[in-house]
Amino acid sequence: MPGSSAAPPTAPPASRADRVRALATDRLTLRGPLLPILHAVMDEFGWIAEEDLPIIADVLNLSRADVHGVVTFYHDFRRTPPPAHRVQICRGEACQAVGAQGLYEAATDRFADDTTIEVAEVFCLGNCALGPSGTIDGHLLGRLTLDRIDAAAAGWSR
Amino acid sequence: MTLVAEPDYGTPAVTSPSSATVTIDGRSITVPAGTSVLRAASEAGVDVPRLCATDSLKAFGSCRLCVVEIEGVKGTPASCTSLCTDGMVVHTRSEAVDQVRHGVMELYLSDHRADCPGCARGNCEIQALAVQVGVGEVRYGLGASHLDQTPDESNPYFAYDPAACIVCSRCVRACGEIQGTFALTVDGRGFASRITPGGTDFLSSECVSCGACVQACPTDALTEKRVVELGMPTRAVDTTCAYCGVGCSFRAEVTGPADDPSVVRMMPAKAGGANEGHSCVKGRFAFGYAAHADRQLRPMVRDTIDDPWRVVSWEEAIGRVASGFSAIQAEHGVGSIGGISSSRCTNEEVYVVQKMVRAAFGNNNVDTCARVCHSPTGYGLNHAFGTSAGTQDFASVDRCDVLLLIGANPTDAHPVFGSRMKRALRRGAKIIVADPRRIDLVRSPHVEATHHLPVRPGTNVALVNALAHVIVTEGLHDAQFIAQRCENGEDYLAFIAAPEHSPEATEAVTGIPAADLRAAARLYATAPNAAIYYGLGVTEHSQGSTMVMGMANLAMITGNLGREGVGVNPLRGQNNVQGSCDMGSFPHELPGYRHVSRADVRNIYESLWGVSIQPTPGLRIPNMFDAAIGGSFKGLFVHGEDIAQSDPNTAHVEAALRAMDLVVVQDLFLNETARFAHVFLPGTSFLEKDGTFTNAERRINRVRPVMPSRVGRDEWQIVCEIATAMGYPMGYAAPSQIMDEIAATTPTFAGVSFARLDAEGSMQWPVNDAAPHGTPTMHIGEFVRGKGALTPTVYVPTTERTSRRYPLLLTTGRILSQYNVGAQTRRTANSTWHPRDVLEIHPSDAELRGITTGDVVELASRIGATSLTAQVSERMQPGVVYTTFHHPVTGANVVTTENSDWATNCPEYKVTAVQVSVRTHAARAAYDQARDDSEAGAREEVSVR
Repeated sequence: MPGSSAAPPTAPPASRADRVRALATDRLTLRGPLLPILHAVMDEFGWIAEEDLPIIADVLNLSRADVHGVVTFYHDFRRTPPPAHRVQICRGEACQAVGAQGLYEAATDRFADDTTIEVAEVFCLGNCALGPSGTIDGHLLGRLTLDRIDAAAAGWSR
Repeated sequence: MTLVAEPDYGTPAVTSPSSATVTIDGRSITVPAGTSVLRAASEAGVDVPRLCATDSLKAFGSCRLCVVEIEGVKGTPASCTSLCTDGMVVHTRSEAVDQVRHGVMELYLSDHRADCPGCARGNCEIQALAVQVGVGEVRYGLGASHLDQTPDESNPYFAYDPAACIVCSRCVRACGEIQGTFALTVDGRGFASRITPGGTDFLSSECVSCGACVQACPTDALTEKRVVELGMPTRAVDTTCAYCGVGCSFRAEVTGPADDPSVVRMMPAKAGGANEGHSCVKGRFAFGYAAHADRQLRPMVRDTIDDPWRVVSWEEAIGRVASGFSAIQAEHGVGSIGGISSSRCTNEEVYVVQKMVRAAFGNNNVDTCARVCHSPTGYGLNHAFGTSAGTQDFASVDRCDVLLLIGANPTDAHPVFGSRMKRALRRGAKIIVADPRRIDLVRSPHVEATHHLPVRPGTNVALVNALAHVIVTEGLHDAQFIAQRCENGEDYLAFIAAPEHSPEATEAVTGIPAADLRAAARLYATAPNAAIYYGLGVTEHSQGSTMVMGMANLAMITGNLGREGVGVNPLRGQNNVQGSCDMGSFPHELPGYRHVSRADVRNIYESLWGVSIQPTPGLRIPNMFDAAIGGSFKGLFVHGEDIAQSDPNTAHVEAALRAMDLVVVQDLFLNETARFAHVFLPGTSFLEKDGTFTNAERRINRVRPVMPSRVGRDEWQIVCEIATAMGYPMGYAAPSQIMDEIAATTPTFAGVSFARLDAEGSMQWPVNDAAPHGTPTMHIGEFVRGKGALTPTVYVPTTERTSRRYPLLLTTGRILSQYNVGAQTRRTANSTWHPRDVLEIHPSDAELRGITTGDVVELASRIGATSLTAQVSERMQPGVVYTTFHHPVTGANVVTTENSDWATNCPEYKVTAVQVSVRTHAARAAYDQARDDSEAGAREEVSVR
């Protein structure tokens, strides 16, 4: 409850807090500034930390819950630090029809114990003619196979 | 969901100059244009099932149950979001409609407990609606559901059970639209959507526990813990909240036997003139004190204040009071005793207390706790306008374009009106906040003040003069209004135009940059409707009365009086501070603010009461204390006020109490004052009272007994018995007869009676032949006194100044979860949020003294010293510290001075020169021990019912 005697939340590391405040303040005059601010934080840090929310809320004079609702609505706003490598596999209908489900399950299995690699679903990359589609560290790939993912992973120093 | 279903039309009422006539299921109805089909159907008596719609919230269109068919419109649109157009033909039942509703309801049921405890209790609408929609069984098998999710029990008063939640967003919208806190949101999307207070639990969230979400919830997801514990209430009593001066109307919903019921919950009444269905954490939830184990239920006496209390019969206690007071008067004279009435009590109780003093004591030594809060309001507004009261109703703020808020913190101290102010601001009204602190209305989610004038405590008059100076010298004043409706205009304009009042000249005094002040003055003066709202930050100063007149001047020179959306509006601290003043409980005034020196007024009462009334004013509270120490004042009846905790300079008050031969305290609890009492008379809580309270907008609301008196007598009866035992027979058959006497003798109450209040709901005085239904807006066309009095308001600095030894200014205030001296709220779970008073201090002042948040600091003034926990806060301005006074262990008034308002003796609580320092380790250990003990006590108190 605001105004109660509870101590204020512990401040995040000064540098990040200041930077988030600056990113938010720079976009304050935009129409509908919250999404551009969240994108800017994602671009700079790769994720949105819990501690960022009150700062953004304060700059925009929104409640913390307002910002929480928007951040959690979009899957692509990460709430945890991103892993070193990220594999996305399309689960849209066209890719599903050419074995994407099996590929997704196999890839998930393969890297289940590896915290540096995250396998995630994505719904349509617009590459339907070349399914199964996916991305590895942001690069779009068609005709994706477990071998190609393994090959990429082999190049990652782990 | 409520016990007694108040009609719910699904969407809010619309006002519109044009209308639309529609046909719904063959019934023709005409509604204002812009009305939803759902509301029109409800008004036409056609019941359309709905879950996400309620008429306190804007239409949302998410539950898809209220679908209808509209001729010429494709498909089955939601009736809540479809607006009526002329000639529209609507069918609320058809095969297609029934099919959609059936399918939607099955989906709800597929994720709803078959054995939902809420449905069983009648607190959840789902299964009842399923019956209405005709769903017998659900076709879907066991799939994913939310039924295994765990409840959030963190809030002491209500729980959130996500398993019962249908994510209709009624709670989210209630929090935003009604309360204005925006603490709730929807987490995630799709099937994963869940209601959340911002990703944390309710207790650690932004939630202010107003309960609007609980009230809005159509299912069992948000439910009062007492409903779970006690079951659904079985009957309801309409009554009025006994906390702040907003005076919210409630339905007390109770269960159990009539002679000893338990309150299950307090539901704010939609029909309540002051609150229109909203409430705060105090009014809705903090009623447990009435059943607290600390309540004293038997009269007690003792010979000296060092003796233990001895429980006695009412007869013995009353005999002791009467014989004691009579003996004192025989020895020390008629004027050696007096009484203090309480703004927490009903008009009827206050009236009989002043009557006892005037008729049985035979003197005018009656004063009221308004002395220490809003007495300058009474004096100043009476002087300027002819009436000791605010000029508007609360609804007036809906028509206001610019609010000037001075020395008040409505979101904490008058939360329901604070929410209404926030609604006005979100609608587009602007606000200027003049306050030493950055209160929530300066900036909080979705509201931001156009100007914050961080006035230095004690310099209000310089501030208001500077505002008026800018308006007059820049030609922004309303010359026509001044000429037609005010007197002394030329003198005042000449006075205020003098250069010493310019913002540039006063900047050094007030601390407000001249440019900001000029901009604020222009904003106020040029608004179509500008209104002043103020609180104790205005009155509790050595120039409190001057400041009230200064604000009246400001409103008069800009013509902001006599219509809706404008005015000068005190935010009264206590539920009946307006009423207790109206009832003649000041030593110089008979009921209706008529001076005791007026023979015509005395005659009214003398002939009715059969006594002669002294024509000279009696003693004020501070005079009583001085006279007690001087030895001429020996006996005091203290009715429901804790003067030893709430009055300034505690040491002086205690010395006065010790000097008296007979101190009689009537209260719910053995309060601080009772430590010095010889007779303790147990009082009744508002749940036991029958009478009326008058709120800050002069609204007389009925207080109805929810349960019989727990002490065996009503307070007005006890007072009558004391008077009778002293030889002046006083008695009434019922409290309604007391109101009849008030109405018969007081012109502003002429048309008031319990019967009329029961019929009309509430009325705002004056209620008389000219205004039989009361007067929401005063001074239309003419002031009550004729012409408004413009009064030159010379700024005189307070004698309380900072020095090298006391370099900081202390100011005091309230916090949302606690109320005044905390006698009630400390005995509820509200202490969860505010377990102790804290000292707020600006980071630079803290750093200079090596203070960090959580440190125990010594707060010392020229008068005394006390200990507090520091909270470093940017809400403060450098040089000013702030504390609340809810906990006796704090003893905030140990440090406050004896300075007071020149006209009314209202204490200068808001300005005390202090020093703050970190306590030594030894002192800190002792303080921690004392605090732990008191908190342990508080925890025990909370757990007791």
